Amino acid sequence: MAVTVVELSHVSKRFVIHKEKSLKERLVNAGRSKLHKEDFWALRDVDLEIESGSTVGLVGPNGSGKSTLLKLTGGILQPTSGSVRLRGRLAALLELGAGFHPDLTGRENVYLNAAVLGISKAQTDRYFDAIVDFSGIEPFIDTQVKFYSSGMYVRLAFAVAVHVDPDILLVDEVLAVGDEPFQRKCMDRIRGFQQEGRTIVLVSHALGQVADLCDRAIVLEKGQVRADGPPRDALRVLRDDFEETRRQDVEQARRAATVEGEKPAPVTVTSIGLVTRGAPSDLLTMRPGDDLLVQVHVESEGSLDGWNLGIALKTNYGQMVLATDAVMIGKPLPRVSGGATVQFRLPHLMLGEGDYAVDAALSFDGVTEAARLSEGAHLVVASTGHSVGYTHVDPEVTVL
Amino acid sequence: MTAESDARARALEAQPLRPAGPTQGLFRGTVTSLRDIAGQAGLLRLLVRRELKARYKDSALGFFWSLAKPLAMLLVYYVAIGKFLNAEQSPVRNPGGIPDFAVFIFTGLTAWQLFSDIVVGGTGSIVGNAGLIKKVYLPREVFPLSAIGASLVNFAIQLVVLVGATAVFGRFPAGGRWGYFALAFVVLVVYSTALALLLSAVNVYLRDVQYLVEILIMILFWASPIIYAWRYVDGAIDGLVEWVYLANPMTQVVLGFQRTFWVAGDGEPYPPDLGAGLGVTLVVSVVLLWVAQRVFARLQANFAQEL
Repeated sequence: MAVTVVELSHVSKRFVIHKEKSLKERLVNAGRSKLHKEDFWALRDVDLEIESGSTVGLVGPNGSGKSTLLKLTGGILQPTSGSVRLRGRLAALLELGAGFHPDLTGRENVYLNAAVLGISKAQTDRYFDAIVDFSGIEPFIDTQVKFYSSGMYVRLAFAVAVHVDPDILLVDEVLAVGDEPFQRKCMDRIRGFQQEGRTIVLVSHALGQVADLCDRAIVLEKGQVRADGPPRDALRVLRDDFEETRRQDVEQARRAATVEGEKPAPVTVTSIGLVTRGAPSDLLTMRPGDDLLVQVHVESEGSLDGWNLGIALKTNYGQMVLATDAVMIGKPLPRVSGGATVQFRLPHLMLGEGDYAVDAALSFDGVTEAARLSEGAHLVVASTGHSVGYTHVDPEVTVL
Repeated sequence: MTAESDARARALEAQPLRPAGPTQGLFRGTVTSLRDIAGQAGLLRLLVRRELKARYKDSALGFFWSLAKPLAMLLVYYVAIGKFLNAEQSPVRNPGGIPDFAVFIFTGLTAWQLFSDIVVGGTGSIVGNAGLIKKVYLPREVFPLSAIGASLVNFAIQLVVLVGATAVFGRFPAGGRWGYFALAFVVLVVYSTALALLLSAVNVYLRDVQYLVEILIMILFWASPIIYAWRYVDGAIDGLVEWVYLANPMTQVVLGFQRTFWVAGDGEPYPPDLGAGLGVTLVVSVVLLWVAQRVFARLQANFAQEL
């Protein structure tokens, strides 16, 4: 069973950007104050319901309103219009060590930070040893935190943070702290929270992490919900948007270059074709161990000289599985004009079961991309189901 | 889904949806605000401890410094005003002066120090805790309140010194006169808390307030009978001006303090109905505190984005 724990209805948030702050400036500019104000809508008419026990990832480009949404949910900011309603206890981890005072010892700061996060004194007493243990900085617990290294600081802060006991946990970009073993501990803890049916809302730029942890992703763009659903679908929308932005950047760079006079030949990667077992298709099913032919079609107005073409296989979460290019293979591409079709042969491709996408990119100097086609083709690998992961083998098991 | 998560969902279902952040509205909002603040008593205690500990953390003399300022002021005023300007009573040189001048000044200074600590400390408290306010939702009243708590601890120490001094001079305040202190103290705390809440919120939007407050505190210091006695004022002004002078809550508070601790000044004139005046001021201050809290609650909605 699941109940709604967070409910946002028609939430908008406007920031007024004042360009003056002091009394003098306000008096002097009283009549013209309109000139010195600027409206900025961080969120526009957002409707959202989050159910208990779900883990929701908020993703989007910088400035899309993710953090604002989180702060509104946490009650740190108030919406300009609309309402935010909650059920249950809420804790916000928007910054590690909020309220840490450099002059106080680690021990004192643990108690202070715990109180800030809503943990009672009795609970902190009970958890204190566990917190110190989790942080792994026991020898320094009675040292003033201003003498801590930055790693020790975040470890202690995180240790306190994971001992909160909320029904709803808001997390903003704070999961990636400490070294790898510590990060693993943090992730285990988050999974524990999920097991206990706590609701987690996290903002992250690490899309892989979102895909990994969340059962729902919300893509925000310019203050509006662009996509909302299973992480796979939502993240694809976001990636497409990023791709669009990138293409515009490339376009702009090219236009700028044109102005400067050195005009590179307009070149595009028009399509990617996949062939396996003799059957070409742009979405095909293959079995592990099949040969895969990737045919990339390139069109160019002028002639192509000193060029390089590469392909990459990605999972649907954007994780690159395999990439190669002509230079890497050691077969530089010859001079062509008008266009060409380049074929890569990937023999005995032992991919694990799942959906994959193929990208192709073209460059001249090996650094700057001149053209790219993202997810130009898709393929599905159907295997025996005897193993999971990106690669496939037919495993055997015996008792020795 | 595990049994634990199911149980949690069931428990949540029983709760109503509540708005995130503080409740607006005059009366309902007051009740919720008070309940929220009361729920943060533990945090408040820790914040007060933080203020006190962090203030003199690395100094060799530590807490002594909180006493140093009033003692230095006492010395300066005692020598400059008491001796050089000849305000102190002495049988030969100045029989008409102020008796026990040191105790007299320190009484007024103790009351004033608490007032100025609360108002100045409270005014800067929200801006000073910007880092926390932007990242965590707490009833924001805890920040001015923690500044007030720290001031009260300093005040308690100063009070011990004051009472000790009266004992040394052999004129220890006893009996019913402590009633004046109790009443004046409550007025002082309520009135200055109201100002601190109001000014701390306004200061977020208009940073000039904190500098203005420091100057006003300096001016108002001379508008209460702290280093001169009430009888000099009584002779100099009358009518409406005198009424305004006496309507100043801090004047009444200082007089109330002197009524208690300045035993040697028992023969001195006091304004009539000092007790009743303090009572009226208390009622006004409570209303002011309520208004200040409502204004604070209204303004705090935008704290996080203005800081």
